[in-house]
Amino acid sequence: MRHTISFVINGEAFTVDVEPNRTLLKMIREDLNLTGTKEGCGAGECGSCTVIVDKKAVNSCMMLAVEADGREITTVEGLAKNGVMDSLQEAFMNNAALQCGYCTPGMLMSAKALLMRNPNPTDDEIREAISGNLCRCTGYKTIVDAIKTASSAE
Amino acid sequence: MNGGKQVYNYIGENVRRVDGYEKVTGCAKFADDLQMPGMLYAKIKKSSIAHGRILSIDTSKAESFKGVKAVITGKDVPNRVGLYLEDKTFLAVDRVRFIGEAVAAVAAETQEIADEAVELIDVQYEEMPAVFNAFDALKVGAPLLHENLGNYKYGSIFFPEPGTNISNHYKIRKGDVEKGFEKADMIIENKFYVPHIQHAPLENHTVIALTEPTGKITVWSACQSPYAVRRALSVAFKVPLNKIRVVSHYVGGGFGCKAGTTLEGIAIPLSRRLCGKPVKLSFTREEDMVCTFIRQGCHAIIKTGVKKDGRIVAEENTFYWEGGAYTEYGVNITRAGGYASTGPYDIPNVKADSYCVYTNQPVGGPYRGFGMSEIHFAIEQNLDMIAIKLGMDPVEFRKVNALKDGGHTVTNQELHNVGLLECIEKAAKEIKWGEASISTIPYKARGKGFACMYKAPSMPNNAGSSAVIKLNEDATANLLISAIDLGQGAYTVLAQIVAEVLTIPVDSISVIAGDTDCTPYEWQTVASRITYCCGNAVLKAAEDVKRQLIKLGSIKLALPEEDVELKDGFVCSKIYADRKIPIENLSLGLTMPDGSGVHGPIIGRGSFIPPNVRDTDKETGQGDKPVAFWSIGCQGVEIEVDKETGRIDVLKVAAAYDVGKAVNPQLAKAQIEGGIVQGIGSALFEQLLMEDGRVLNPSFTDYKIPAVSDVPEMVVNLVEVPEITGPFGARGVGEAAMVPTAPAIANALYDALGIRVNTLPIIPEKVLHALKEKRINECKADIYD
Repeated sequence: MRHTISFVINGEAFTVDVEPNRTLLKMIREDLNLTGTKEGCGAGECGSCTVIVDKKAVNSCMMLAVEADGREITTVEGLAKNGVMDSLQEAFMNNAALQCGYCTPGMLMSAKALLMRNPNPTDDEIREAISGNLCRCTGYKTIVDAIKTASSAE
Repeated sequence: MNGGKQVYNYIGENVRRVDGYEKVTGCAKFADDLQMPGMLYAKIKKSSIAHGRILSIDTSKAESFKGVKAVITGKDVPNRVGLYLEDKTFLAVDRVRFIGEAVAAVAAETQEIADEAVELIDVQYEEMPAVFNAFDALKVGAPLLHENLGNYKYGSIFFPEPGTNISNHYKIRKGDVEKGFEKADMIIENKFYVPHIQHAPLENHTVIALTEPTGKITVWSACQSPYAVRRALSVAFKVPLNKIRVVSHYVGGGFGCKAGTTLEGIAIPLSRRLCGKPVKLSFTREEDMVCTFIRQGCHAIIKTGVKKDGRIVAEENTFYWEGGAYTEYGVNITRAGGYASTGPYDIPNVKADSYCVYTNQPVGGPYRGFGMSEIHFAIEQNLDMIAIKLGMDPVEFRKVNALKDGGHTVTNQELHNVGLLECIEKAAKEIKWGEASISTIPYKARGKGFACMYKAPSMPNNAGSSAVIKLNEDATANLLISAIDLGQGAYTVLAQIVAEVLTIPVDSISVIAGDTDCTPYEWQTVASRITYCCGNAVLKAAEDVKRQLIKLGSIKLALPEEDVELKDGFVCSKIYADRKIPIENLSLGLTMPDGSGVHGPIIGRGSFIPPNVRDTDKETGQGDKPVAFWSIGCQGVEIEVDKETGRIDVLKVAAAYDVGKAVNPQLAKAQIEGGIVQGIGSALFEQLLMEDGRVLNPSFTDYKIPAVSDVPEMVVNLVEVPEITGPFGARGVGEAAMVPTAPAIANALYDALGIRVNTLPIIPEKVLHALKEKRINECKADIYD
C-alpha cells in the first residue's frame, strides 16, 4: 500500500506516493531523478549515499522514504546556489580532494553537515565527521585538507 | 621533446581537474545513473557449488513470473572468450568452476521482480571434486578445471601446460644460478603468502545493453577499456566491430577490476531477446566482491645467495599464483611476476618460475600493481632478512644491489636513466632513517621499515593508442580519446599536453572520451600506461595540429615556416612581434586574398605504439627490451605497535617515485597518497576469507578497507629522471604507488619487535602469535645456554 509523503528537497517542495519499503536513496535517485547521491553498498557501510535530513548527515540507503515525510533534505545538487559553488566544492577541486568522484557527493554532504553545526572544526572533528565515508582513491588527506580550507573560507 | 630544464606553461603545473566540476556538483553520470525509457533490470543466477557439471537448468517458473521479459542461460552465449587466453564464457555453459559463477540471467520490469525471479530458476548439478589452493591443484591426479586447455586460443607469449592446472608457466633463466650459489658466502630461503583481496571500488560494476532492430548493439558500461569490451563482444557474439558501440564515461574507481570484460557479455544476450529495450545489469556489493575480478593469491619462495660485502650473486624465485577458475587475464599477471621477479636489483644469475594455477575460486584478474605488490611483499622482506643476517643496514644493502644506470634487469635489459638511488635517498632522509624510533608508551613499540619497487606496463608489445584533435573555429579544441579517467587524472594531464603544444588554455580544451563510435582506439586504461602511451598519441596529434597551423600561418604571414611559432594562441613570427595571426582564423583553413580557401578544417591525428618492445626468449625469458618503460620508487614507513593487542598503527610514510616528469604534480601526489592508503589496507586488514571456495566476507561490514582514521602522515617526493621516450619525459606511477607499503610495514614490525610475519594481512592475532613464539624461543635459548 503506497503512502503519500511531502517533503522539501534542495529548497523545492514535493509530494509523492511511495511503497513503505522504498528507501530514501531509491526515491531520491529513481523517482526524483537526483542521481548525484550514489549507492555503494546498500548497507550503511560506505557513506556514498549520505544526504542531509533536517541538518543531520544520514545514510539514505538506511532510511525509508516514508520517514522523510515533513522533513527538509539536502543532496549534493543543492550545494551550489544559483550556479555559485559552495566553498566546500571549490575547496575539493582546489585541493585534489576527489579522483573518481563516486564517494564525493556523500563526502561533501557529511562535510557540509559538519560545517553547518561547527564552522571551525579541528582536524579530529573533521575526521570524525567523515569517518563513515569510504574513499578508495584519495587516501583521505586531501579531503581533510579541503574541508579545513573550506571552514576557514566561510 | 625530452624532459630537460625547459620551462613550460602547462606541463608541471597543478592544473585543477578538468572533470572536477561535474563530480562535485553531482552532474557526472555514472553507468547506474543513466535512466532510459522502457529500461529493464537484470539479475544473475549464481552457482552454489565450487565445481560441477550442470545437469539441467529449469527456467520455466522464472519465465512465467509476472514482469519477467527474458531468461538466458549459457546456451545463449556459449562462445569462449578471453583477453590473453580464451578460457571463459560469460555464463557457465555445461560446467561451473567457482561459487558465484553466473549460470543464468533474468531481465524484468523492475529490479525487485528480477531478484525474485532468479530464485525460481532451478539448477541441478553433479558435483565434482574441487581444489582450493595452488598446491592441491598442482598435485599429480588433482581434479582438472580445464581438460581442454590444449584447445584454447592464447597469446604466443604465454605457456599453458595442457593436462595440468597450469595455465601459464613463465621462466627466467639468466646466467647460471647453480654457479652463482656456489660463489655465495651465504644462502637464505624464505616462503611468503599473499592472500586474495578485493579492489573494492566505491562504484559497483554496472552495464546497460541495448540491441536495436538493425542489429546494432550499444553498451554503456563502467569499464576501463571500451575497445577491449567491443572486441570481446564482437568475438563472443559474432557481430562485426562497427555494429557494436561501447560507451564508458565516468567510472567510479577501477584499480583493474573494470578492465577487460566482466558483465557486458551477460547483458547483451538479454538485450538481443528484447530488441529495442535497454537492459541494465548492476551488481550488488556482494556480487561485486565475488563475481567480477579479485586479486589472486600468491605463494612465493625466494632463495638468495649473497657475498659478505652485500652483493647478491644468485637468486631463485618461485611463484605459485592462485588464479581462480578462469585465468584469461591472470596468465599475464603471472608473466609480469616472472619478468620482474627479483625486484629493482641488478643480479647476475637468476632462475625464476612463475606458475598460474587454476583453483575453484573466484576469478583472479588485474589489480593495481599487476603482481608487483604480491612479489615485492616477498622480495623486500627477504632482502631485509638477508641484510640483518649480514649485519648490514637494510637501506645500504639495497643501495649496493639497486639497479643503476647501465645495470641489467632479470631479462638482461640494460637500463639507463634510473632514478632508484635518488628515490632511496629522498625517502630515507624524510623518514629519518638511521634514527631510532622510540615510543613513549610502555606497552607500545615503534619501528621503521623500507621497501623499494619497480613495475613496467604488462601490455602486448603492439598495444596502440590514438588521439584526434578537432580545432574549433574559436580556437577551442575537442580532444577525442578512448583512455578513461578512472580518477587518476588522465583527462587533465592529456589536456595539459594539448594546451602546452597549441598554447591555448587548458579550459578551452574539452576532453571527449570513451565512445567507440567516435573516439579513436585505445588498447586499455590499465598498466599505468595512459600518461605515457595515450600522452604520446595526444602529443603527436597536437603537433599535427601545430604543423598545419604553422604551414597555413607561414603562408598568410609570408614567412618561412622555420621563422614562425605558436605563442599565446597566435601563429606568430619569431622575430617581428607584430606579425601574427590568431589560431581561430586558421582553424577552418586559410582564406586567400582573392577570397578562395585552401586546406580545409584542421584536424590533428596521432597514433602511438611504444617503440621497439620485443618478445623475450621462450626458454630463458631473456630479452633486451621486453617492456616500454620501468617505474621505480620506494617507501619508508614508521609504525607503532601495541604489544598487548598486536595492533599496528602506521605513523608516517615517506614515498619517493621517479615519475620522469610530473605533468601535474598535485594529481601525481594524490595518486601516490591513495596508493599508500590502499597499500595499508592490504597490509593490515584486507583478505577475502574463503572456505572451500566460498567467500565468507563479501561486504564492507566484514571486509574492511581503510577509512580516514587509518591514514598516516604522508610525504611524497617526486623525482624526475626523464624517460626519454615519454611525453615531456613522463612515465607512469599509478600502480607503483601501493607496491612497497606492505613489505615496508612488515620490515618496520621487525625493527620494532624483532618478529616476522610472512603472510598478509598482518593482523593483530598474527603479531601476538609471533611475539609468543619469540618468547618461547628465547626461553629455549636461555635453557640451553
